[in-house]
Amino acid sequence: MENKQQKTIITVVGKDTVGIIAKVCTYLAENGINILDISQTIVSGYFNMMMIADFNGSKKAFGDCQEDLEKLGEEIGVDIKCQREEIFQKMHRI
Amino acid sequence: MINSWEVIETNHMVEHENLDVRTITIGISLLECIDSDLDKLNENIYRRITTVAKDLAKVGDAIQKEFGIPIVNKRISVTPIALVGGAACKSPEDFATIADTLDRAAEAVGADLIGGYSALVSKGMTKADEMLLRSIPTALCRTKRVCSSANLASTKTGINMDAVKLMGEILLEVAEMSKDRDSVDCMKLVVFCNAPDDNPFMAGAFHGVTEADAIINVGVSGPGVVKTALEKVRGENFEVLCETIKKTAFKVTRVGQLVAQEASRMLGIPFGIVDLSLAPTPAVGDSVADILCEIGLEFAGAPGTTAALAMLNDQVKKGGVMASSYVGGLSGAFIPVSEDQGMIDAVQAGAITLEKLEAMTCVCSVGLDMIAIPGDTKATTISGMIADEMALGMVNQKTTACRLIPVIGKGVGDTVEFGGLFGYAPIMPVNKFSCDDFINRGGRIPAPIHSFKN
Repeated sequence: MENKQQKTIITVVGKDTVGIIAKVCTYLAENGINILDISQTIVSGYFNMMMIADFNGSKKAFGDCQEDLEKLGEEIGVDIKCQREEIFQKMHRI
Repeated sequence: MINSWEVIETNHMVEHENLDVRTITIGISLLECIDSDLDKLNENIYRRITTVAKDLAKVGDAIQKEFGIPIVNKRISVTPIALVGGAACKSPEDFATIADTLDRAAEAVGADLIGGYSALVSKGMTKADEMLLRSIPTALCRTKRVCSSANLASTKTGINMDAVKLMGEILLEVAEMSKDRDSVDCMKLVVFCNAPDDNPFMAGAFHGVTEADAIINVGVSGPGVVKTALEKVRGENFEVLCETIKKTAFKVTRVGQLVAQEASRMLGIPFGIVDLSLAPTPAVGDSVADILCEIGLEFAGAPGTTAALAMLNDQVKKGGVMASSYVGGLSGAFIPVSEDQGMIDAVQAGAITLEKLEAMTCVCSVGLDMIAIPGDTKATTISGMIADEMALGMVNQKTTACRLIPVIGKGVGDTVEFGGLFGYAPIMPVNKFSCDDFINRGGRIPAPIHSFKN
């Protein structure tokens, strides 16, 4: 949808393997999406990466990026989700 | 800045604990559609619904994608049809044509269900009200998406026992007309005491006459989230238990608030309310009865169930109220039998009876819900069960309801399948003693006294 100063949370969950971050970042760079923050943890043996990204300069619509990233995730064998930040803000901040 | 643990927690709720938005419901006033010509009226209704709600399905899907939160149902509620159709309808069949129109309109905009085939008769029935009630069997059996409700009682007016008697008969008629499908059409019919004007949940949703032209109401569902949170505080005292429920209810309700605001913005329709209900589904882990077990009962229905449920219901409200700017609808824990696997298990284990369920409805929303009873239950007995439930609501100043399913051709020991979100239900035994003379008296039970509360 129309983005005005909207931040997006990208999460990558799955088995750790070489090049996950590289592939996701390459995709984002190619499409003009700026990464504001990255963090990574291992939860019960699974690789968990969270990125906060700025889609304002994105060349593609939000929905299309979601689909592309989902496909990319399938190729690498991880689950990639793209959600607007508000859902987390609302739930965890008063 | 949001941290990764918070993101993981939210996504875990959605992926593993069945957190979802149960429904986005657009309430639409049909008062402007009123016409004395039936064809014109039907045309006006169709046009009004398909104009106001045209983007409902699209917006629902967009929100689901953007936030990654499932939106299970998109629904519509309309002004009670008895009011809208009164000027044009001369027979129950005339009213049934409006049900056809509602069904077509709902299908056209991709709404799962449409509620408001309703009459408000808590004190008396107009001719139109009575015709609408009598048309319910035809209307429900030949439509797919239409839901019907009737408000038979209120704290301010007492109980309309004529209407209670009539609805017992109507319910059996609906059951009879859909007997080849296990009387499933009965689940699209509910009767209320103190029916709220802004309820987003079916089958009881209608757009009250005190409401604006159009409004967005949202219901969230998160029994699984509460259950999982409580697993982490096993053995702790009530203070810890209550705090945990409140915090969880807050988080769940915030999702509803966000979705309601987004839907309101995208559809250009004002935000009405978030309904703070814990609404179960038959999915494993999405059960209110399981929460009661987690609180410390062997099965729902064991001694202590009413107290546990009262506490749960109150804490959900306390947590939820702060999370939303406007709260309304039914707002409480639902305890339907067929839609809750833990409840079904309790029935099958013999842990819970109709009488215990009735006691539980004194402390939570919404009433005897989705309960299958033997098909040979007499109309007066059904009316008696309805009257009991109405009395609870009337005296306790709360909403109560009855959604009973007399399954024609089946008896205690049999099971009925309703499919999908509606689950399945073992048929429960009903008290066999007669209340014929009580129901056949006719008239009204006066409103209760509002002082000397004991």
